[in-house]
Amino acid sequence: MNELLVLDHLTLAYGRGAPAVEGMSLSVKEGELVSFLGPSGCGKSTTMRAIAGLLTPRSGRILLAGEDVTAVPPNKRGVGLVFQSYALFPHLTVFENVAFGLRARKESAAVIRSRVEEMVAAVGLAGFEHRLSTDLSGGQQQRVALARAMAVRPRLLLLDEPLSNLDARLRIEMRAELMRLQREYGITMIYVTHDQGEALALSSRIAVMNRGRIEQLGTPQALYAAPATPFVATFMGFENVFTVDGNQLAAGDGSKLPLVQQPGAGVQALAWRPQAVTLGSGPYSGTVRGASYQGDSVEYLIDSAGGTIKASAAAGSNFIPAGSEVSFDLPLAGAALIPAGAGA
Amino acid sequence: MQFLSRSLLWLVLLFLLGPFVVIVAAGFSAGDTLTFPPQGWSLRWYIKIFTIPEFQHSFVLSVWVGVGATLLALVLGVPVAYAIARYRLPFGETIRTLVSAPLIVPGIIIGLALLRYVVFTLNAPVEITLLLGHTTLLIPYAVRVVSASLDNLRSDIEEAAVLLGRSRLGAFFAVVMPNIRGAILAAFVLSFITSFNQVPVSLFLSGPGVSMLPTQMLWYMEYTYDPSIAALSALLALGAMLMVFLTERLLGLSRYM
Ligand SMILES: Nc1ncnc2c1ncn2[C@@H]1O[C@H](COP(=O)(O)OP(=O)(O)O)[C@@H](O)[C@H]1O
Ligand SMILES: [Mg+2]
Repeated sequence: MNELLVLDHLTLAYGRGAPAVEGMSLSVKEGELVSFLGPSGCGKSTTMRAIAGLLTPRSGRILLAGEDVTAVPPNKRGVGLVFQSYALFPHLTVFENVAFGLRARKESAAVIRSRVEEMVAAVGLAGFEHRLSTDLSGGQQQRVALARAMAVRPRLLLLDEPLSNLDARLRIEMRAELMRLQREYGITMIYVTHDQGEALALSSRIAVMNRGRIEQLGTPQALYAAPATPFVATFMGFENVFTVDGNQLAAGDGSKLPLVQQPGAGVQALAWRPQAVTLGSGPYSGTVRGASYQGDSVEYLIDSAGGTIKASAAAGSNFIPAGSEVSFDLPLAGAALIPAGAGA
Repeated sequence: MQFLSRSLLWLVLLFLLGPFVVIVAAGFSAGDTLTFPPQGWSLRWYIKIFTIPEFQHSFVLSVWVGVGATLLALVLGVPVAYAIARYRLPFGETIRTLVSAPLIVPGIIIGLALLRYVVFTLNAPVEITLLLGHTTLLIPYAVRVVSASLDNLRSDIEEAAVLLGRSRLGAFFAVVMPNIRGAILAAFVLSFITSFNQVPVSLFLSGPGVSMLPTQMLWYMEYTYDPSIAALSALLALGAMLMVFLTERLLGLSRYM
């Protein structure tokens, strides 16, 4: 498959300030859906703005289908962007919002009519064409934004946290919708989110970003199974992260637990998901600070010599009330082994 | 309590509208001097004002200057409002304050300055100087009304328009203009009425046969104390009210003030 987008050592900054994104390189293949996953402020939107052409890089290059577009203005790039805020045109109807890009391209009336009808139907808004965009619900506005961006058949579609303003149920529904549209139209997409679940569900590959850099790039399966840095591990749900320090496990706050079994050479850190922590037996002990019932599981916060441990047990198992002493184990078999030298 | 506040309301209304009623009534007088209550009723003064050539000329000049200065103020003011609303400008606050300065500086001073430098030193025709002076006075209105509207308009719709293929300028006309059209119309009406009623600047800027309507009315009154001045004032007030009423009906002028 061809590489549609290449970011080549991009450094992005606002004014003369410190760079928001530094030395970022990435390539996206035709038809892929790559997610940028990272906490707020890590530079996801900044990167999207640069790819769209709304922000000129301080250094580095952007290639689209092999052509250097770093200096090409945004209206000539053929890159679509769905804004987090939707940015619909308030004075226009749904039809005219979706037709906007086609009119700018001076398409014929017949093409405009048929394309708008197709897109409006594809996002499930047939019948709403003549409503003002401001008269729609959040979910419907989101669909209009999507139809508007897709109507001009962009080479690359960028979506900046497109679902974050929707409620949880709608979000899952729209997620499925997006995947269907992506498959149906084969559009290459870059999807920005700070929601790990969303990234895992949607992506061909995920780029986990932290402080203006890509910490790890890989398939959802690879990231979920083998995070390369403690940061990625935390983001992938390995909530108990320890650095290997001789024969001790050191938590982020400096507290320590003895290391029972050596993980082998070249391992910088170990990380456990709450489910991987075994409760009731083991070499460590602590006090249950909180226990919260989640339906099919119970989440525990345990104060130990190694700081707060997050554990989770099946709801059927013995309930351990807050305040009780509990012994636990961090089995090496259930840990993610984070190699030395990768990332921060 | 309710009785008291109601009476107060009527008193205030009487205070505001009373003089207007006096003027309108005085214009319908059959007598030869400006008196109230009028001595008998007639339409002669309302008819007479249309036959006084000085009034005709100065009315035409006032309309031209009003329309011209309003258009100029909008052409200059809308880009200023846009720049203030959309860009983080160096000295942005200073620019904001400077743009409002003509609201604060007494018209007498502006008039005198224009007379001294533009008319006497540059030898510019009085009409052009009037146009310049009024434009200066109206820019704050244009900037303020349009800024308020721009502040309420998301700026990312312009980026959306650009990404859909419009140029920056094209995006402005396609998605910004339609959303501030109401404000621009409101600014137009407000500016025109302000220019039309303007006295201090116009007072300094008149020449042989060239004067704005309010100045002309002042002069007329100095020599002729007849009810025609009341008739003309009533008509002008009526015209202004009609304009405000129509704009209010069409787009809710009060939203922009
Ligand atoms: N318009 C701007 N001017 C200056 N700094 C900005 C601007 N937008 C974002 N930043 C800064 O750039 C960094 C990255 O921001 P952003 O790309 O918006 O993060 P994200 O989308 O991942 O939440 C942040 O530190 C933010 O404060
Ligand atoms: Mg963002």
